[in-house]
Amino acid sequence: MTFAFDLILCLMILGTAAIALFVRDALAAIAFFIAFGNLMGLAWLGLDAVNVALAEIAIGAGVTGVLLILARARLLALGDAATSTGSPLLLRLGALAACAGFVVLLAAAVLSIPPESGLDRVVAPLMPGLGIENRVTGVLLAFRAYDTLLESFVLLGALVAVWSLAPAGAWPGRPADPGMADAPMRRVAGTFGQLLLPVALVMAAYLVWAGSDLPGGAFQAGTVLAGGLLVAGMGGTIGLPSSDQPLLRAALVLGPVVFLAIGLAGVAAGGLLVYPAGLAKALIVTIEYTLFLSIGVTLALLVAGPPMPGASDPDPEGKG
Amino acid sequence: MDLPLPVLLSTGHLYAVTGAALVGLGLYAFITLRHPLRQLLAVNVVGAGIFLILGGLGRGPDATDPFPQALVITGIVVAVALTAFGAAMIVRQAQTRAAAKPAADDNENPAP
Repeated sequence: MTFAFDLILCLMILGTAAIALFVRDALAAIAFFIAFGNLMGLAWLGLDAVNVALAEIAIGAGVTGVLLILARARLLALGDAATSTGSPLLLRLGALAACAGFVVLLAAAVLSIPPESGLDRVVAPLMPGLGIENRVTGVLLAFRAYDTLLESFVLLGALVAVWSLAPAGAWPGRPADPGMADAPMRRVAGTFGQLLLPVALVMAAYLVWAGSDLPGGAFQAGTVLAGGLLVAGMGGTIGLPSSDQPLLRAALVLGPVVFLAIGLAGVAAGGLLVYPAGLAKALIVTIEYTLFLSIGVTLALLVAGPPMPGASDPDPEGKG
Repeated sequence: MDLPLPVLLSTGHLYAVTGAALVGLGLYAFITLRHPLRQLLAVNVVGAGIFLILGGLGRGPDATDPFPQALVITGIVVAVALTAFGAAMIVRQAQTRAAAKPAADDNENPAP
């Protein structure tokens, strides 16, 4: 019975992915991509990976979806409908043969590895030493904290890269207004944003706290915060900040810097990113709270895009 | 491929094979689609497929390996950062092209 459910889910994932890739209209493609992301979230639930399911639905479907819709609206305003045009038949046939062969090889390789959760047995006895119960959080912030530290800097680097695309003269300005062009819709989004932002903040704070023992964590919580900020920004509840505000920059680097400082302080306790015995949970929660704030602000600004000239106008071009 | 049938039909393998198919689907779309925004979508589908392979192969009979889960969460965040950068570049390219258009005739003149 479960197998039938898994099989149907996998077929739906492949179907929505195919439609998202090959439908002509760009907005339809993005809509199907969001559906695809949500089905992927269900797949992660099927794999009993609730942490990943949360991240996939919030980031993979939610943030990426908003990002693509905004990019498509900006392209449309420039006269580019982003419709998919066909390529030569010969290229398509060649690509089909090559990709089909690749899938067969990859599937054969995948099937030759028996699925197993060997490291789960390694991680489980180490968890009491950390004082937290969520094994994925344990891996992210203790056993493989190095990856997560670098990742937090990758996110910061991506924002710097996006900002570097600002046209000449626009620096240090505000990103183009992602707001609704239609005035009544903007008011609705504004009222909703006023309601949503505090709720998002509370929910995100809870997700970080719960992430120690239950599914959740800094990345999922940061995305919830980013979602609240974006809805508030779309309704004009909060203005988008210009990129040279000291407070904004402090919020962006707070998480990575605190993480790095605690990691370096660990040298005294035995090595880089080693937590002193007994303090592990306190330090992990401190890192997660600062990291969640930085991730939320960074993600919201990544979606908003680079500073644009004349972005102080209430309604430039954006219309989803 | 010399595994007994129940292992082949396990949940983990089913999702991992779906992931392999997604990688192929995304690659094909990346090669054949012409618009950069659609190619960005294709890259995301390839990424999702790779995550599913990682996660599926970590799905044991009684538990799911936390290591691939943590890797996939890291990967999802890096993927959204890459997508944001790609989308910003595509929009910027279109802006440059649109600004160059009034001077030239048509789309014969790509942006410098």
